[in-house]
Amino acid sequence: MATMLRVFLLLLSLLSITAPAFSLYEDQVGLADWHQKYIGKVKDAVFHTQKTGRKRVVVSTEENVIASLDLRHGEIFWRHVLGPNDAIDGIDIAMSKYVITLSSEGSILRAWNLPDGQMVWESFLQGPYSSKSSLLVPASLRVDKDNVILAFGKGCIHAISAIHGDTLWKKDLEADSFEIQYMIQASDSDVIHLVGFVGSSEFDSYTFDAKSGELLKHDSAAIPGGYSGQAALVSSNTLVVMDSAGSTVTTISFHDGKVTFNQTPVSTLIEDFVGKAIILASKLEGLFSVKTGTLTLFVRATVEGKLEVVNKVDYATAVSDLLAISEDRQAFAFVHSRSNDIDLTVKLGADWNHDLLKESVKMDQERGSVKKVFINNYIRTDRSHGFRALIVMEDHSLLLVQQGAIVWSREDALASVIDVKTSELPVEKKGVSVAKVEETLFEWLQGHVLKLKGTLMLASPDDMAAIQALRLKASGKSKMTRDHNGFRKLLIVLTKAGKIFALHTGDGRIIWSRLLNSLRQSATCEAPTGLNLFPWHVPHHHALDENPSVLVVSRCGPSDDALGLLSFVDTYTGKELSSASLDHSVVQVIPLPFMDSTEQRLHLLIDASGQAHLYPKTSYALSIFRSELSNVYWYSVEVETGIIKGYALKEKASDNYSFDTRSIWSIVFPSESEKIIKSSTRKSNEVVHTQAKVIADQDAMFKYISKNLLFVATVAPKASGDMGSSTPEESWLIVYLIDTITGRILQRMTHHGAQGPVEAVVSENWVIYHYFNLRAHRYEMSVIEIYDQSRADNKDVWKLILGKHNLTSPVSSYSRPEVMTRSQSYFFTHSVKSIAVTSTAKGITSKQLLIGTVGDQVLALDKRFLDPRRSVNPTQAEKEEGIIPLTDSLPIIPQSYVTHALKVEGLRGIETVPAKLESTTLIFAYGVDLFFTRFAPSRTYDSLTEDFSYALLLLTIVALVAAIFITWILSEKKELRDKWR
Amino acid sequence: MDKGKAIMGSGRRWAVDFSDNSLTPYSRDIPDPPGFSRASQEQDDSTVSKQKKDAEANWKAQKAWEVAQAPFKNLLMMGFMMWMAGNTVHLFSIGITFSALWQPLSALQGVGKVFEPYKDNKVDLLAPKLVFIALNLGAMVLGVWKLNTLGLLPTHASDWVSSLPPAQEVEYSGGGIAFH
Repeated sequence: MATMLRVFLLLLSLLSITAPAFSLYEDQVGLADWHQKYIGKVKDAVFHTQKTGRKRVVVSTEENVIASLDLRHGEIFWRHVLGPNDAIDGIDIAMSKYVITLSSEGSILRAWNLPDGQMVWESFLQGPYSSKSSLLVPASLRVDKDNVILAFGKGCIHAISAIHGDTLWKKDLEADSFEIQYMIQASDSDVIHLVGFVGSSEFDSYTFDAKSGELLKHDSAAIPGGYSGQAALVSSNTLVVMDSAGSTVTTISFHDGKVTFNQTPVSTLIEDFVGKAIILASKLEGLFSVKTGTLTLFVRATVEGKLEVVNKVDYATAVSDLLAISEDRQAFAFVHSRSNDIDLTVKLGADWNHDLLKESVKMDQERGSVKKVFINNYIRTDRSHGFRALIVMEDHSLLLVQQGAIVWSREDALASVIDVKTSELPVEKKGVSVAKVEETLFEWLQGHVLKLKGTLMLASPDDMAAIQALRLKASGKSKMTRDHNGFRKLLIVLTKAGKIFALHTGDGRIIWSRLLNSLRQSATCEAPTGLNLFPWHVPHHHALDENPSVLVVSRCGPSDDALGLLSFVDTYTGKELSSASLDHSVVQVIPLPFMDSTEQRLHLLIDASGQAHLYPKTSYALSIFRSELSNVYWYSVEVETGIIKGYALKEKASDNYSFDTRSIWSIVFPSESEKIIKSSTRKSNEVVHTQAKVIADQDAMFKYISKNLLFVATVAPKASGDMGSSTPEESWLIVYLIDTITGRILQRMTHHGAQGPVEAVVSENWVIYHYFNLRAHRYEMSVIEIYDQSRADNKDVWKLILGKHNLTSPVSSYSRPEVMTRSQSYFFTHSVKSIAVTSTAKGITSKQLLIGTVGDQVLALDKRFLDPRRSVNPTQAEKEEGIIPLTDSLPIIPQSYVTHALKVEGLRGIETVPAKLESTTLIFAYGVDLFFTRFAPSRTYDSLTEDFSYALLLLTIVALVAAIFITWILSEKKELRDKWR
Repeated sequence: MDKGKAIMGSGRRWAVDFSDNSLTPYSRDIPDPPGFSRASQEQDDSTVSKQKKDAEANWKAQKAWEVAQAPFKNLLMMGFMMWMAGNTVHLFSIGITFSALWQPLSALQGVGKVFEPYKDNKVDLLAPKLVFIALNLGAMVLGVWKLNTLGLLPTHASDWVSSLPPAQEVEYSGGGIAFH
């Protein structure tokens, strides 16, 4: 067997030498892969003005994306992802041709060309402090034929030329804790007001001459009652703020150098008021809205500072800004949602009693409450005003509502994926027709005849197009049943919005999506956040007809001790089977390798106080767990304190399903010299085929394969900052391999002059990590392989033949096996966002690394390039084994980009899932975009390729059989003739 | 084919028997010439045939030895071919090695048939057979040895451990950096 394998491997390696890369042909793009583009939750939107004529909207999002969307279909015209540290604070359109964005806390101002999204100019604004920022693009302000953009950021106000981005003037406010609220242009004058607060009690107003940058006036006054952080601009010289208790509205008017305050308790606006009121930020003329509990009040503020309630709405409501629809008329919209309906109301700014538009729109699914609304108007053919509203929902989806219907919707929650798991599809049942996707025999034949034509190069260009269309449609790749090769699966995706999606691996379509009730804001749970997904119920064998389910772990709020939430979701239907609010927090979830009688996986939840809780809470699960209790351990990596601790569990008398933990070991890193920056472990579901590695001359090395292996990287605290913040002498990177049962350090290695960020991947018996080498000014990748020396003397063939060895008997970490490590380092050109490794069903296929590069692509790199046994001149036997001669840097082969020509913008993670076919692994890369493909690390040696021509094979066989018959007949005849001669 | 075999069976291509062994004079048309005594001829007739048979047995034994030693030449040729084929695994060396294994095997299977023509109760075929078998076994050993040098025999520990699954672990642990 092994020897045959060698022959086979040799043939394989020969093959791989002749055909180097795993590249695709142009016509294979899209056959097994799909790519989806998203933008994320919209923060701000600016519609093109009527003048520009195009029906587009420019949006900025919480994923730091700026994009131009088509208003007819919601498609992306152009898009820029600014990166994780470049949050967009303001967006506007200048001169009807540039999109202006202010980002990175007001320090970068950019102009993008409106039609095609090319960057026109970029300015870096500098200032002494960090503060909130604000952007103002006055429509009618000109300095020397130049439009002016005003940007406030870092404690300074800058006036920037809109044409070329030069700074016209700059003024430092010399107030380090001034938090700007609004920047206002007094109606059609050159005077700019800046209003804001210092701390929570002082109101400040600055007045500038926009042309010269001269500070005309500075007023400052203490606010009675304090300030809670919410304010709304009612007119160009009146601001309403909520006090810190949330019970009194203060009106601030600041015209003519006088600042006057007027206080109105919320209880006078609404009778039975309890709790806290919130002012919704909006720019309305003489109006503002206050949210108290479930009520939304619209309040009119008069010039004298009197407040009167105009209307009450019973639902959570989103209010748009004011939109000028003609010279003197302005409109605004407010939207609220009731289960599956959206009510949109557009009113004139001045006149409350008159509705310009009131309509109710049906949604096809639950999308939660309305978060934001942006309106735009158009002139109908009968010269009346029509309105379209861009609505951002609680599930981060974006809807365009026009004429009482949803024109399009975008599921932009998928731009913020937190976790991914896969689920099998239902088994194909006999008698159940899937005729819709199935093709008739005639079509099948036609397809094959076409393919045959293609192979024999007889096809016309039309035929070629038809063949390509057929291949892209690929009969049955999007079927809703399991396939023989295991390519068709469901990707269960948890997003930041609290929405779960199931995507089909065949074509990436959404099978179902569900906004989880337990992940929505409620009275008991202020800010629920999803943490992780775990496969909860994976039926197999006898229970194949049951639906699998996933466990969604989340918690209320960002702090460690926030209470946990569990919900269980059916992966076929998306139904939330049940949910539970826990009475303890969740800081870690440990899926255990045990199943209960109904094939539910046992999970251990660790809370902030170090107690362990067992789920599911059934007596059967408890009895299984009790019998294994002494062998279950857990560990925590505390980044802040620099301690790694290992714990064992012990029974607690009071509560059956909770367990006390007791610390059994700890590793303390000295805080003055080491800081933890990365920890990584093997994937718990990784399958390893063999424990031995056969090397040249038929020698064997035994891999140290342990699931309890932890890789930890620490750096010098000085070098933990940005690149260039420390010299090579004072920076170092130390890597550890730790056994998490005993706390034994298996390996410790120091890289002098190296610094983070570190990305690492652990698989089988090796670790590969990526870091920056300060001395060489290059990125490096290192590999460590661990071998078990205590097994190395199992070399007696007879003992092995007769099975008299203990290589497969269970091992304990307490036996302290002697280990040997080997390592090697190489230069690598790219910085890396994420590293993953391919995984296959049986673990026989050789591995490839999947590297998420800085260019948001996924690069496949053969593990053989990262082999510590590489040397400059490998011997003949080593060459035969497949060892590549050592080079100082790792090659980047352009054809081995898994994502070929596409980019997964904002790449955050790469997930690999084995298919049933041993040669193949499924790759899902996510970021702002989603990308999925099939990948065969050693080519598809166990199946025919998809474009294999069965028709040609059939034809060849028929031709051969015919040839045999003809020659037989001929030879018979000849023989007869010979006999007569 | 039968005829051929019969001739081949006696070990000669053709033969004419000049001796007339018939004892009945009246069966012939021609009377015996004067002075010819049929009885005396009858006497030494048996000695002649005995001699003849001895010669044939000798001849058969000699031939059997020749056949028995034939694989030796084969062995030498095989050795030369193997030396030529080298020690790397490719189509040529594998082909030669397998033919080196197959030929002795098939020869051993047909060892009875090979020696059948020389079967004679006077000839002792055991020794040639043994030599034949030994030489063929030798050829086979040579083939096996070649197989081993090619690394196609599971004689190393690596061949037996390469498919061993990893050992199970007694303990189980999980955890890591807390959720944030």
